Amino acid sequence: MNVAEHLPALQIVLPLASAPLAVLLRDRLAAFVLVLAATWAAFAISILLWLQVGETGPMSYAIGSWPPPWGIEYRVDALSSLLLMLVSGIAAVVLPYSRSSIEREIRPEKHTLFYALFALCLSGLLGITITGDAFNLFVFLEISSLSSYALIALGKDRRSLTASYQYLIMGTIGATFIVIGVGLLYLKTGTLNLADLGVRLQAMTSHRPVLAALAFLTVGISLKLAMFPLHQWLPNAYAYAPSAVSAFLAATATKVSVYALLRFYFSVFGETAIFQRLPMEDLMLVLALAGMFVASTVAIFQDNLKRLFAYSSVAQIGYIVLGISFDSVTGLTATIVHLVNHAVTKGGLFLLLGAVIAGIGGVTLARAHGLARVMPLTSFGIVLCGLSLIGVPGTAGFVSKWYLILAALEKGQWWLVFLIVLSSLLAVAYVWRFVEVAYFRAPRADLAGVREAPLALAIPAWILVGATLWFGVDTSLTVGSASRAAAQLLGAAP
Amino acid sequence: MNFFSHYDYWVMLFLAMSGLFIVIARGNLIKKLVGLAILQTSVYLLYLAPGKIVGGTAPIVDAAFTVYSNPLPQVLILTAIVVGVATLALGLALVVRIREEYGTIEEDEILRLDADPADQPSGPPEAQR
Repeated sequence: MNVAEHLPALQIVLPLASAPLAVLLRDRLAAFVLVLAATWAAFAISILLWLQVGETGPMSYAIGSWPPPWGIEYRVDALSSLLLMLVSGIAAVVLPYSRSSIEREIRPEKHTLFYALFALCLSGLLGITITGDAFNLFVFLEISSLSSYALIALGKDRRSLTASYQYLIMGTIGATFIVIGVGLLYLKTGTLNLADLGVRLQAMTSHRPVLAALAFLTVGISLKLAMFPLHQWLPNAYAYAPSAVSAFLAATATKVSVYALLRFYFSVFGETAIFQRLPMEDLMLVLALAGMFVASTVAIFQDNLKRLFAYSSVAQIGYIVLGISFDSVTGLTATIVHLVNHAVTKGGLFLLLGAVIAGIGGVTLARAHGLARVMPLTSFGIVLCGLSLIGVPGTAGFVSKWYLILAALEKGQWWLVFLIVLSSLLAVAYVWRFVEVAYFRAPRADLAGVREAPLALAIPAWILVGATLWFGVDTSLTVGSASRAAAQLLGAAP
Repeated sequence: MNFFSHYDYWVMLFLAMSGLFIVIARGNLIKKLVGLAILQTSVYLLYLAPGKIVGGTAPIVDAAFTVYSNPLPQVLILTAIVVGVATLALGLALVVRIREEYGTIEEDEILRLDADPADQPSGPPEAQR
């Protein structure tokens, strides 16, 4: 048996198998080591897959040797290999951080369960990305969602329970809508394989059940990715979850849902069906702009830093959706680049906020007075990530906004350029609130004994902050992969 | 096509919409979960009903039978049932924990308790330090 052939299956099987084993081990250290090994192995596999796809083009893997479209197919192309690398990479950084972080935030007897849930959530997210089967996608979506509800509910604040409940209700409605959509497509075509669906649907894109399926899938996936009016679950879920969970979910969960949306729009329904026969372009443009402006404005008035940056996530998802609405290679490149850049930035930001919680016990703005005096490095890191959210040159955020503006100009919509810059000013306002409190206020008396974050928390956070800066300077990895993926989605390249 | 030729879809739609309505309209956390379960169950019908052919048998190749029902929807829905049970169990477990922490399972009372920090018996973690 050749191991290299089975890499797509191992990508999922390793983290999935480590979850029940971690529960059975019942030992905190052993469970941590096991899940860490599985996560790092998944990251290594995703890099190998990415290299292989870059050389030889899309890969197809038939689970159990049942050839597609009868069996379940795992399909790795430019977009999914990039997402696999992003999700497993973030997990590989967040997991070592979580060991020290959950010591402070979660009761010791629950630590093995935390690691098991983390491994399940990771395998669910990777599964959504790699699978080429519509129903399989739903199952992986539920694996990742159910484990993330439980992870959020582990938060110390009791509001984490209501946040998790709210997310469960909204997420399950979303998932049910996705199954209805997939069911309608199955009734029309008799197949569940995404590539096969794409071929068979071409002849019937204007049939009413297919349009209904499109509507159900759009609403269902939009609930999961927190597109503007459907984002209500997100701020509380991110604000009250344990720090490591906030960082992992903020960086990956919504991004993988965006992947599912791209997959259904461009690989299944096809670009012509969605953007040329339906007014989706205008609809997504309006929702994206509303998200960018409303969520950024709400973020300015938050008192809790985690909530503030959670609202900023909703706004950033607006930029991602804006890129899709252009329906061009440049627009999709901007979407995919921003997917990666925002994941890295927000992941780093929430890891740093976790370090702040470990240091001063909370992240309300009132507590953070004079934070820069006692935790200068952490505060500086938060400012750097904030600059990336604004889109200052030299940070990752600038690159994605640059491509968004290019895509807008390509369409001749110069007024959009103005709006993109204007919404960045709102980001300046909410990042400034942190800067003002942390740098220009006198430290509170009870912060006297606080020291800089321990290395176990600081190193993973700074890896992601470093990546934020790196992707702002060297764009060959992000933009290179993204433009290849965008060209593949639009059918311009094999 | 008349109303009765597709009545299974109407049943499915009625169940789905009543489930969704309960989720939105009820403030009791358990009743919301009941609505959610009805919504999820309605989808099973969407898959199962069209998979059945009147007079069809299980798909076993035999000279005596010529009409077979599609077994795939049943397999898919078996998976969906497992997912539905897991969701309901997790939701109920969360309600138990919410009841322990807040002493109520009515949404409006929970919102009131969250809005008024003085009401919180243990206090948020910020105050514990």
